[in-house]
Amino acid sequence: MDIELPNNIILTKLEPFFRWALSHSIYMFPFGTACCGMELIAVNAARYDLMRFGVIPRSTPRQADLMTVAGTITEKMAPLVKRLYEQMATPKYVIAIGSCAISGGPYHYDTYSVVKGVDKIIQVDVYIPGCPPRPEAIIHGFMELQEKVRKGK
Amino acid sequence: MIKTEELYLNVGPQHPSTHGVLRVIVKLDGERIVEAKPDIGYLHRNFEKICESRTYTQVIPFTDRLDYPSSMVNNLAYSMTVEKLAGITVPKRAEYIRVIVAELNRIASHLLSFGASGMDAGAFTIFLYCFREREFIVDLFEMLCGARLTYNYLRFGGVSQDLPEGFIEKTKEFCNYFKPKIDEYEDFLLNNYIYSQRAKNVGILKKENALSYGASGPVLRACGVKYDLRKDEPYSVYNEFDFDIPVGKNGDCWDRAKVRLEEMRQSVRIIEQALETIPDGEYLNSQVPRLLKPPVGDVYHHIESPRGELGFYIVSDGSSRPYRIKARSPAFSNLSIIPLISPGLLIADLIIIIGSLDPCFGEIDR
Ligand code: SF4
Repeated sequence: MDIELPNNIILTKLEPFFRWALSHSIYMFPFGTACCGMELIAVNAARYDLMRFGVIPRSTPRQADLMTVAGTITEKMAPLVKRLYEQMATPKYVIAIGSCAISGGPYHYDTYSVVKGVDKIIQVDVYIPGCPPRPEAIIHGFMELQEKVRKGK
Repeated sequence: MIKTEELYLNVGPQHPSTHGVLRVIVKLDGERIVEAKPDIGYLHRNFEKICESRTYTQVIPFTDRLDYPSSMVNNLAYSMTVEKLAGITVPKRAEYIRVIVAELNRIASHLLSFGASGMDAGAFTIFLYCFREREFIVDLFEMLCGARLTYNYLRFGGVSQDLPEGFIEKTKEFCNYFKPKIDEYEDFLLNNYIYSQRAKNVGILKKENALSYGASGPVLRACGVKYDLRKDEPYSVYNEFDFDIPVGKNGDCWDRAKVRLEEMRQSVRIIEQALETIPDGEYLNSQVPRLLKPPVGDVYHHIESPRGELGFYIVSDGSSRPYRIKARSPAFSNLSIIPLISPGLLIADLIIIIGSLDPCFGEIDR
């Protein structure tokens, strides 16, 4: 094969090629706990259609490259978030959607049960602020992540 | 005889078909459920405790986040409770606006539940169709208050802004657009052979059990009990409109979906009547002080949310902050029937049951 097609050879390192491929076929594990999860559903549904960016929802962390934490994380949920994250195979990415996942949001003050930001538990790559963020903002966040994947961590 | 062992299985809390963060501990004998125990609390955000350190007005945004698919109805329930406590009157126009937004939100919430219950059974198309229509309603709300999900639109004694220009025409347009869609949905999901096979005679809830477990909303009405607070204890201006209360017969999952579908029809009817007869005038009672200090006392008020009877109990000590707020959430009572109706069914049926109960965890865990 190689000898027969001498003009079609593209020289690249394997790693950038792999990253380029990954950035256009991100398998997402949608982890929506609260209200922001609704916007995450909306962004996957008819009008905004996240799949055109190659982001495909998978319901299990074991087959996913990306975990989207959308919604409030409570103390009861925190160990599970960590465990779900650890089940993912590397390279793995995390997007925090909404103020709650970033800092506790409206539940930052006067609470005893809310984790003040998911980055206290796991490492986060892209933050999308808003309560809840608009679908356009979520799409923008995904494009930022694609950029980050292409460039390498 | 082969000896088998029972197996414990965890469904959730991150499972996408549990509509949030429900964990069900299921005891299985092969594929059959022996026992199902819901474990809640994964979204406990201590709403009730936070409210004690906020002023009455500052609590309104938190009520948005209780039952997030129907924020307007939560706003309405809370505002009406405080108005009852402080004796605030609401102008007629504001009442009409409230009814319109509450019914629009009921449609949006039922669309979500209807689409998602289809998706649980593997019917993905209906979900996308429902969301297409839901975006239309979300656009209307965005016109009204700028937010897509958490509206914070109601105020004590009215609403925060008057209807914007073109809202009434657009809502009429929506009604005309949406009415034929409901028939389409009925064909798509309810008359779909696969869905009816999976949902009919599954998760049957008896009338007596529904009443003794405190179920309300479509779950109760699907059992054949004609109980709807909009008719039984008319609040706001609901007694001025002509609408029916749809009820089911068997109380199975199919009936619950059917009741939701019929309720969407009735909501469109209410909206159309309200748009025709909406009076001019004030949209906010201007006598209400900025820092509200209701008299000492306690009050309970309940209204019909898309999930059932939503009530708030407020104790006031005369200061600007509530002494105690308790929310009676319908989804919590509705969820409590899972251990009752699931034994004996297949594990796949549990997913359909959860979908048909339409839980919303912001409200259940609070
Ligand atoms: S950021 Fe706001 S909308 Fe999102 S989960 Fe938190 S409270 Fe809900």
